Amino acid sequence: MTISGLHKRFGDNEVLRGIDLDIDEGEVVCLIGPSGSGKSTLLRCVNLLEEPTAGTVHAAGHDMTHPDVDLDAARRDIGMVFQQFNLFSHLSILDNIAIAQRRVLGRPKAEAEAEARRLLAQVGVEGKERARPSQLSGGQQQRVAIARALAMGPALMLFDEPTSALDPELVGEVLSVMKGLAADGMTMLVVTHEMSFAREVADRVVFLDGGVIVEQGPPAQMLSEPKTERAQGFLHRVLHPVD
Amino acid sequence: MAATERSGMTVRQKRRLSRAVQYAVAIAVVALVAALADWGRIADSFLRLDIAADMFPEVWASFGNTIAYTLLAFVFGMIVGVLIALMRVSGFGPYRWFAAVYVEIFRGLPALLVLFLVGFAVPQAFPGITWPGGVYGQVAIGLGLTSSAYIAESVRAGIQAVPRGQVEAARSLGMSHTRTMVSVVLPQALRIVIPPLTNELVMLTKDSSLVYVLGVTASTMELTKFARSELTDTANATPLLVGGLLYLLLTVPLSALARRLENKGDHR
Repeated sequence: MTISGLHKRFGDNEVLRGIDLDIDEGEVVCLIGPSGSGKSTLLRCVNLLEEPTAGTVHAAGHDMTHPDVDLDAARRDIGMVFQQFNLFSHLSILDNIAIAQRRVLGRPKAEAEAEARRLLAQVGVEGKERARPSQLSGGQQQRVAIARALAMGPALMLFDEPTSALDPELVGEVLSVMKGLAADGMTMLVVTHEMSFAREVADRVVFLDGGVIVEQGPPAQMLSEPKTERAQGFLHRVLHPVD
Repeated sequence: MAATERSGMTVRQKRRLSRAVQYAVAIAVVALVAALADWGRIADSFLRLDIAADMFPEVWASFGNTIAYTLLAFVFGMIVGVLIALMRVSGFGPYRWFAAVYVEIFRGLPALLVLFLVGFAVPQAFPGITWPGGVYGQVAIGLGLTSSAYIAESVRAGIQAVPRGQVEAARSLGMSHTRTMVSVVLPQALRIVIPPLTNELVMLTKDSSLVYVLGVTASTMELTKFARSELTDTANATPLLVGGLLYLLLTVPLSALARRLENKGDHR
């Protein structure tokens, strides 16, 4: 994935002011920064849920910002997991994972459902195939949402604060699924406030503030001894909220 | 307390007294009406069991027509209404404008006038055209046009009530705009609008009584027209009572259903 010269403006508000970011295949990058820093917007510009004002995005082998790009085809190769899960509330858990396989990839029903069951086992949500999303805990819902994205066979996964809407005791189960994905070699871009996850799983941590990348580096260095004052201040506030 | 000192009563005692007075007045009014009414005469003009019995079984045919007209208009209204709703939320300006004008026109015109237009004005202006299905076709379109405008507004509201995240999730999986509408947005939107649509069905059941203006025959008569012709034949109002009860047989369960669905509303 390659982003260069990316700008995004909402009216008078310039949220992203020139982002350059490369991610190698199999790399796990965590995006951190204060709220309003443009982390989520950056993520949403990768699969063009937000249209960049300027700049180019190449992701999963697609030139996302080219005028002739087939966005639907490109998005199949880029999985996305949302803060609010966004499972399809009118469908069963099994159908949530099967529907895009059937309607987008044209897989036969039986094959799509077999794949859905396999993925549910992978994310550790079993015996709930016929349940509605609302009958599951937040942690289960988010794991199903990960399975749903994986069902399209993506080359890149985007995570937009995947644990921020969860009760604290449910965060671990989602993070461990993500850890498993990282170990399997998935390329991942993760917006997160979970510094322990970043420290343990990320290959690189990128600190975003005011719409620009202020600092980036390996997690050990980035999280323990950041060079810039802004990153130091942010990390201090996150790691020692009570002081 | 101050209130207690002044009137010698607590707030609760006052409220109880006020309730008692209201009950007493209501009972007195009912008793007065019951005492003054000429019950024999009322029974004679409304409650003649022999006349009521005479209406059967013929009344069932008109009852069936009422249901048929209602359902035909509803199906037409649903098909057109959903299309108009989709145009209303379209990204393409001319679709949106057309849909907005359509809704304003058919919501702003009396159902009776639209029925006249479909039944008389259009056949007169375009002599080559006859509506398919005779009176049934005329009713489906004549009442359905009005209904479609209301249905379109309900469905539009339903579409807009589907959370944005549902669309984003669908698009991020590679679903096209159309596929997202068909597989994700519309199924959820229609679930949201089931209660208002049920109310629309109640309205249509009653509006089907307008069909008489099209000049129906004995076989295409609906309930109101049938009751009215019985009224003329017998010079007695009992047929109206029977007809009214049969309408309530349709509308009360439908309204109850709509209420239940509304209460269940949040299915998430």
